[in-house]
Amino acid sequence: MASARGELPPWVDLGLIPLLNLVVALLFAALVVLIIGENPLEAMWIMLKGAVGSLKGWGYLLYYATNFVFTGLAVAVAFHAGLFNIGGEGQAYFAGLGAAIVGLGLEFLPWPIVIPLAILAAMLFGAFWAWIPGYLQAKRGSHIVITTIMFNFIAGSLMVYFIKDYFRPVGRMAVESREITGAYILSFREIALRFFDLRLPSTPLNLTVFLAIIAAFVVWYLLWRTKLGYEIRAVGANTEAAIYAGIKPQRIIIITMAISGALAGLMAVNEVLGVQHRLLLEFVGGAGFVGIAVALMGRSHPVGIVLAAMLFGLLYQGGAELSFAKPLISRDMIVVIQGLVILFMGALEYAFRPALAAIFIKAED
Amino acid sequence: MDLSLISEVLASTIRLSVPLVLACLAGLWSEKSGIVDIGLEGKMLAAAFAAAAAASYFQSAWLGLLIAIFVSLSFALVHGYAAINQRGNQVVSGVAINMLAAGLAVVLGNTWFKEGGRTPALPVDARFMPIELPGARELAGVPLLGDVAKIISGHSILTYLTILLVPLTAWALAKTRFGLRLRAVGENPHAVDTAGISVARLRYQAVIIAGILCGVAGAFMSTSLSAGFVRDMTAGRGFMALAALIFASWRAWPAFYACLLFGFLQASGNYLQGVHVGGFEVPVQFINLLPYLLTVVLLAGFIGKSIPPRASGIPYIKDR
Amino acid sequence: MTPAIELIGIDKRFGAVHANKDVTLSIGQGSIHGIIGENGAGKSTLMSILFGFYAADQGEIKVKGQPVSIKSSSDAISHGIGMVHQHFMLVDPFTVLENVVLGAEGGKLIGPALAKAREELTRLARDYELEVDPDAIVGDLPVGLQQRVEILKALFKGAETLILDEPTGVLTPDEADHLFRILGQLRDQGKTVILITHKLREIMAITDHVSVMRRGEMVATKETSKTSVEELAELMVGRRVLLRVKKGKAKPGEVVLDVKNLTWKDRNGVARVDNVSFNVRAGEIVGIAGVSGNGQSEILELISGISRPASGQIIFEGKDIGILGDPRHVREEGLAHVPEDRQHRGLIATFDASESIILGWHYDETLGKGFRLDRQAVINRCKAEMQEFDVRPADPLLISAKFSGGNQQKIILARELERDPDLLIVGQPTRGVDIGAIEFIHKRLIALRDQGKAILLVSVELDEIRSLSDRILVMFAGKIMGERGPEANERELGLLMAGVTGDAA
Repeated sequence: MASARGELPPWVDLGLIPLLNLVVALLFAALVVLIIGENPLEAMWIMLKGAVGSLKGWGYLLYYATNFVFTGLAVAVAFHAGLFNIGGEGQAYFAGLGAAIVGLGLEFLPWPIVIPLAILAAMLFGAFWAWIPGYLQAKRGSHIVITTIMFNFIAGSLMVYFIKDYFRPVGRMAVESREITGAYILSFREIALRFFDLRLPSTPLNLTVFLAIIAAFVVWYLLWRTKLGYEIRAVGANTEAAIYAGIKPQRIIIITMAISGALAGLMAVNEVLGVQHRLLLEFVGGAGFVGIAVALMGRSHPVGIVLAAMLFGLLYQGGAELSFAKPLISRDMIVVIQGLVILFMGALEYAFRPALAAIFIKAED
Repeated sequence: MDLSLISEVLASTIRLSVPLVLACLAGLWSEKSGIVDIGLEGKMLAAAFAAAAAASYFQSAWLGLLIAIFVSLSFALVHGYAAINQRGNQVVSGVAINMLAAGLAVVLGNTWFKEGGRTPALPVDARFMPIELPGARELAGVPLLGDVAKIISGHSILTYLTILLVPLTAWALAKTRFGLRLRAVGENPHAVDTAGISVARLRYQAVIIAGILCGVAGAFMSTSLSAGFVRDMTAGRGFMALAALIFASWRAWPAFYACLLFGFLQASGNYLQGVHVGGFEVPVQFINLLPYLLTVVLLAGFIGKSIPPRASGIPYIKDR
Repeated sequence: MTPAIELIGIDKRFGAVHANKDVTLSIGQGSIHGIIGENGAGKSTLMSILFGFYAADQGEIKVKGQPVSIKSSSDAISHGIGMVHQHFMLVDPFTVLENVVLGAEGGKLIGPALAKAREELTRLARDYELEVDPDAIVGDLPVGLQQRVEILKALFKGAETLILDEPTGVLTPDEADHLFRILGQLRDQGKTVILITHKLREIMAITDHVSVMRRGEMVATKETSKTSVEELAELMVGRRVLLRVKKGKAKPGEVVLDVKNLTWKDRNGVARVDNVSFNVRAGEIVGIAGVSGNGQSEILELISGISRPASGQIIFEGKDIGILGDPRHVREEGLAHVPEDRQHRGLIATFDASESIILGWHYDETLGKGFRLDRQAVINRCKAEMQEFDVRPADPLLISAKFSGGNQQKIILARELERDPDLLIVGQPTRGVDIGAIEFIHKRLIALRDQGKAILLVSVELDEIRSLSDRILVMFAGKIMGERGPEANERELGLLMAGVTGDAA
């Protein structure tokens, strides 16, 4: 998504513009809050307090951020190859199937074996769900945006079928699987209690957060320190030059989508194995789409993504607290902010450039 | 098979197809001019909310329709600005609009009506109610003809309007100057530019038409098909409309039939529950995902090639 | 009789490039006027100004003696100027009638316009031999007929003056002949035709007058019947002082590259490379001269593995690489390729220099074991090569787009030459490069040759070809017109480049 248009200094490009876009998004949200009849400044304060003002807030913030790091990385990796993967939602959902199958099916094995296998299964299932659209794009020219959206819906229907008819224990009302004890990822609260005799507030934050950090590092390493990563970025930056260099774009597209899907699949590890400990309906809850906003804000770089993920974690947790305190302001306000961020970062990217260029670029002779 | 059951399903098919047809036509106008519109879903949703909210407030379906069109148009113009003036990524813009619409509808709905995002149920006066066609009642008892009457009569005025829009669209695209230029700008904007015609103006006109049609689609959903707005009520119809459009290779009449097909799948979904195929009970979810699966299969080129307008999605830059 | 078109003192710059230098041209009514020149001579720019795509920085345009202001193509059209572009402006899924009528529909419904167009087309077909099936789908038509549709479009809109930009580039000889007949008819009926071309044969065949442009200037205007191909060729190419690089005589060894009967066809089935055979030996530089668009670019793509031949063989060190279609394999065999389009192919503009300098060689084990890419090794390699080739600034972390043209080219050369290739194919090595860098690059190429490597050089700069090559091949319309030694003079080469052979065509 980098552009060689104009010569804005890098800190403007990477720091100021995303910030500016965020500010505009927040201003618009503030406007909506005003229309609702609430005080935007007060709302902002409640959000901040609710997200970073307490240990519990931080716990939730980081839990959300974990999900968003995974889905953000997924979108970002695809972006580097010039692909727009909107299917993170479905890929994460489908990955839950893999995690549950291994977690439940192999629960007779000890957890040091089952957990890694379950994680692997989640990645494989997620990869598979992204691989198909990738293959269709590379070999048949099918527009990846539409196919991934379709696969989101297909996953939606399929998962209902699987969970309802295969995972739900007989006689139960709730449409969910039984508890996955075989691959149980401990939450911070449980660890603090069990090993340190410490009482932490109850939050969904669990060990998967470390997996998220590892994933961010691995993605960085992959893209900038491996030959495959070089080829991925080349294809996305200049396909003609990539062909000249002997790189095969078709192959790269397919591989990149698989990696992207695998990353999205890790979100299922967090939610299914780390928080809910069961497979249930709609556990992705929109995280796939947040990933798009996160990737755009983070300029598709793992460091930016981690920061953006935390920012959206703040927004989500703050938004939850806000909707408790001010029931008039629905949690969906965050979705509005998300949409605005995506609009500005992704489609109106250049809207501010003329103004900024006038300020920052000195007239050339 | 019970004849009255069939006629019920067919009548239901027509009803359920209307939003799809409208959204599909919207997509058709937009894409023919070269602007990709992933935001049909969002515009419909925003319109559905606006219509229900306004209809509830003013107790008038027509006012609801008007406001719905206005809202949808606003979103459409944002998309148009991003795509045409800013030459931004049209897919991203569409995705953003979907999100914005979904969020705003619930937020505002919650604030104004305090029912967790939905609008209050609309009374009959504030809805587009079924219209009985002349002669339908007389034919009611007559075998076969009576059933046909049951299928054709009893739809809201918006439905009949929609059906008329299909031939109107086909005619406008094929036989008017506007239609010719629009189709040209979607295939080769350079040809249009060198003929001295404004590419931007044509594309804006297309985007505006799309906005209006999505407005009607949304209004229909919340003030005719249902009696109010429920969160996420469009449930992917905007994408189904896109799928139908691709299925139909961007042509008006085939798109209409494709939407009817999707509508039929939706209408028969309920009745097909419990049906057995070769000893295997077909789960309702499989029926639900058929439209999406069909789209993928088509996009993969297994049912012939579907060729979009050549300049679709490519921002026009006078490369001189 | 007032001239149909007068261009007076037209001056146009694009940044540093002075595309048109005070050009004055007068074109008489009812004539066919040719404008000839090499690449970059400024002919297309001049006509684009006439047709309203660009505004001249200075100068005046007069139509039929009246000064006019042409700010857009609709202005030009309203003054009776029509243009048939090199790349057609047609809507492929439309019929011929629909294409003709677009922009001149004369009403909200197109029915009447189509009927009127049908009538007109019949008349035009009769008057000018412009037969085309009005209901045919343009996309299905052969290129020659598509071009007729372009002409019909212009005539339908009332063009009195018709500009054709390199019209025969995509035509077969038969189609070209038919086009000339059409142009003759147009002229006889009082229309004015401006023909932009680099092909001398066409000029001599159908034009009444010819103007020669060179490096942005209008060099001469002659009556065609009173001049000759030799004179025009010389005017076109110019007598220039050669920047000769000091080089000894070549000592060619074994054949390294052997191209036999190579043919490549484009989307429309036209052979852009037509049964070409030549070889390159170790220790020599073979230069392919010619105006761009005559097949040289395609040859480079075929040899480097980017595209695949329709027929023929490319034998490199005994192996037929034509069947591979794989640039990586070809590189591994010992071939290096400096592409013509350095911005879009040779470099990745958004990557920094160190990443551009490994493009195509990034899988090398010395840059990282296995799947790894050792950043430090890459940077070190870049530093070393920048040193060797005097790239400025010698900053591996600077974005590739920020280097000057000359330095970008040095980066690419460094990359390709450091691999010690047995064969180097290079296209337009000094396009957009400053004098100092040109010298450096030329010296490097000679040095490579003296080490016993084989070099295939493609360039539109005749100077460069003549100063570097040990043997010169001239390409025209996909064929090799002839081979000459470096002592061949401009006139000889100019004639070959313009499609005129010594013996009968």
